Amino acid sequence: MAEKPVSNFSSGEKPTWDLYSKCVHCGLCLDQCPTYRALGTEMDSPRGRIYQMVLVDQGRLALSDSFVTHIDRCLGCMNCQTACPSGVPYGSLLERARSQIEENYPRSWLQRQVRSHFYGKVLPSFGSLARNARLVRFYQRSGLQSLARGSGLLKLLGVADLDALSPRMESEFSFADLGRVYPAEGTQRGRVALLIGCIGSVAFAELNRATIRVLTRNGIEVHIPKSQSCCGALHLHAGYLEQSRTMARHNIDAMLKPEFDAIVTNAAGCGSTMKEYAALLEHDAEYAERAQQFVVKVRDISEYLAQVGLVEPARKLKARVTYQDPCHLAHAQGIRSAPRQLLKFIGAEVVESPRADSCCGSAGVYNVTQNEISMKILDEKMEDIASVMPEIVATANVGCMLQLSVGAKRKGLNSRVVHVVELLDEAYY
Amino acid sequence: MVQLWRRSKAVLHLAVNLPGVVDHLRKIAGRDAVLDRPEDLMLYEYDAGIRKSTPGAVVFPQNTEQVSQIMRLATAENVAVVARGAATGLSGGSIPTKGGLVIAFSRMNRILEVDVENQRAVVQPGVVNLQLSEHVAHLGLYFAPDPSSQKACTIGGNVAENSGGPHTLMHGVTVNHVTGVEVVLPSGEIVHFGGKAAESYGYDMTGFLVGSEGTVGITTAITVKLLRKPEKIATLLGVFESVDDAALTVSAITAAGITPAALEMLDGWTLHTVEAFCHAGYPLDAGAVLLIELEGLREAVEEQAIAVREVCLRQKAREVRRAKDEEERALLWKGRKMAFAALGRVTPSYYTQDGVVPRSQIPAVMRHIGNVAKKYDLIIGNIFHAGDGNLHPLILFDMRNAEQFERVLSASTEILEFCIQCGGSITGEHGVGMEKRDLMSRLFTEEDLDVMIGLRNAFNGAGVLNPQKIFPTPRMCREISGPSQNPVLMQEGL
Repeated sequence: MAEKPVSNFSSGEKPTWDLYSKCVHCGLCLDQCPTYRALGTEMDSPRGRIYQMVLVDQGRLALSDSFVTHIDRCLGCMNCQTACPSGVPYGSLLERARSQIEENYPRSWLQRQVRSHFYGKVLPSFGSLARNARLVRFYQRSGLQSLARGSGLLKLLGVADLDALSPRMESEFSFADLGRVYPAEGTQRGRVALLIGCIGSVAFAELNRATIRVLTRNGIEVHIPKSQSCCGALHLHAGYLEQSRTMARHNIDAMLKPEFDAIVTNAAGCGSTMKEYAALLEHDAEYAERAQQFVVKVRDISEYLAQVGLVEPARKLKARVTYQDPCHLAHAQGIRSAPRQLLKFIGAEVVESPRADSCCGSAGVYNVTQNEISMKILDEKMEDIASVMPEIVATANVGCMLQLSVGAKRKGLNSRVVHVVELLDEAYY
Repeated sequence: MVQLWRRSKAVLHLAVNLPGVVDHLRKIAGRDAVLDRPEDLMLYEYDAGIRKSTPGAVVFPQNTEQVSQIMRLATAENVAVVARGAATGLSGGSIPTKGGLVIAFSRMNRILEVDVENQRAVVQPGVVNLQLSEHVAHLGLYFAPDPSSQKACTIGGNVAENSGGPHTLMHGVTVNHVTGVEVVLPSGEIVHFGGKAAESYGYDMTGFLVGSEGTVGITTAITVKLLRKPEKIATLLGVFESVDDAALTVSAITAAGITPAALEMLDGWTLHTVEAFCHAGYPLDAGAVLLIELEGLREAVEEQAIAVREVCLRQKAREVRRAKDEEERALLWKGRKMAFAALGRVTPSYYTQDGVVPRSQIPAVMRHIGNVAKKYDLIIGNIFHAGDGNLHPLILFDMRNAEQFERVLSASTEILEFCIQCGGSITGEHGVGMEKRDLMSRLFTEEDLDVMIGLRNAFNGAGVLNPQKIFPTPRMCREISGPSQNPVLMQEGL
């Protein structure tokens, strides 16, 4: 047919024919995509994004502003991958497209500074993360935040929504726990390594502590391996493949030990990325095999607890709860029933809202970088949640918790937004 | 009178290259409701089929009044207009063959009214088929037409193509479920045909409009019937050693006086492929299966289920399974509904046909398809609505192989010609579109086609609406003259 087209992707990791030709453009993904539902444009649908990758690879479309805009707008929620009958590996197409953008597309000076500071300096080391988190905590606690909010300055600068989304820094970070071992209560039934997470450690340290309590109460010995690092999810999703590989190697060294039955996380995004380590390090001669062993041991907290079985709680939770599936749990890891089982086990009345497994618009840093679309998606989600009138909205990922809390406020909903583990914790103590 | 419409006029703009038109569109629909940059327009050149052609602009109206103004503008400027729902069609119905303007209905997607007492709903064209059923599920109601793409396709698109689905065997196609439409004509006039009443008086304009593939007007609101969910549903899977045995069973079931709600066939090759995706528990070593659904009052369904099992076993079925609960039923249907797209796992592209034969001819046509596959050295899978003889041979190909694609087209034509010989037709539910228009003259005489074209031209005389669809190309004198843009076939990739 036509002569071999010249790709606008550079060599190296890119969306290839083998990956994108699986898409038969049937369109069954469209209505499952939150950005398509919010915007109604083909460019912002999974089918359209894949087609744009094809166009760039065929040299019909430049790797330029338009392409970057629509790829940036993807939540990476993987709802489409669940809907796709053809088995298009959308996640890996997206990672490759983003990696190409990082390599070949000059972002604005400001964006470059922010991105390199956040992904290159803040996240990779727990030390720098703690320093930055202390600054944010100072802003939040010293009265500066109240002052900024009260003065209307944030609204004036157009960052009021973003400010509301920033997590409240905890008084005690989880880093203090590094290297500790928490013994099982009663008969020991297992031994796990716990990933405390980067953002989790500074903003959700209390959730980490609740996770430890629930595990130990259930007869599990919990180790917090000292040299663990951020899981690399944020880097992977932003197109920094190499940095995420470095973190993957780091965590394999820190947590792949024969004495651990499982490597547990309470963040769906981290779990999903850790389960990708084998694919990520597929061509790494030194780590490929260990990455496979690592992946076999990774468990989301709800997956692990459902597997070992909960001990009877001290009291039953009498409440109407709706569970919102985090995308990286339901779509990326296929875990849907475990968290619901746990909730029912402790006595919750679990009510299903429409589209419970559709993205809330949080998606890592998406609610900050694509705030307007994110809020549109969130408002649609809150309509669905409000329709079942829950007392409690439970989820299983810190990003979703933050986003849904903001959503509840916007909607004027009185429901409490919690992590499943926090409800378990309440039932035990 | 015939002479009058033969002289349909004018050159249509291949692209909306008049900046004035785009500005005007923005004034009508809003600044962010018009696309005119090439990088965006390329995303509107395809549907779920195999042809493509790029529009000159895309507009996203939010209400009927805007559609009316857009149509008035398009007619005045002589710009071709194609309506688009979710572009899940397989016959090229929403492809802008002559460039021009695409009216996309993704932002006109509200359910306007649910009338429980009269079992009607009024919807905008962009409402997704399945969303309507989900929306009224708590009332014990649903919208019966259930194309395999129902998770994504829009009701506006269903109306244009007169879509069917597995359950058309009992419930009929879209036209049997639409009682009224609001339509914008090329002049911009807004007219209303039918309403909530079951039967219309005077000419059945609603019936004419459904299935007109966007060539006579743009539908902006649709009144549909909502059915009550049946008291009992039984879903059976008959497993056969050969396609022939399964094919013979189809007419044996109806001959036994049973009309299933749905009666679907999947051949052995397709079963294999689909099973990898849905894990429905389809037997991997079977020659073919029949998916049979019965619905109605509890006692009747139980009686029929026993009778169907007996017929299947008499026709050499290896076994007959029954879905024990809703979960198992859903799984069996998931396999059926996702079957087309699941082929993406084994082939870069496929070409689907939509021929229809009388039920009794299914064994013959299946044998013919087998022979055609051999003759042209192609893999052809079969998943189809056996109950109403609506075939969907899926021909696998790789677009990088041009020679193979020629064989695909020849094979496809040969299959459809056989359908016509058997007393059948070339489309059951996908529409004629660009795909099958050249075959229309095998089904209809010149005189037949003249009447149809005359009817179209009474509404769409200037030919601005969906040009180059339904009617055969050689009839250019009756079609729109002017430069024709040969739609490009889908290239590598998508």
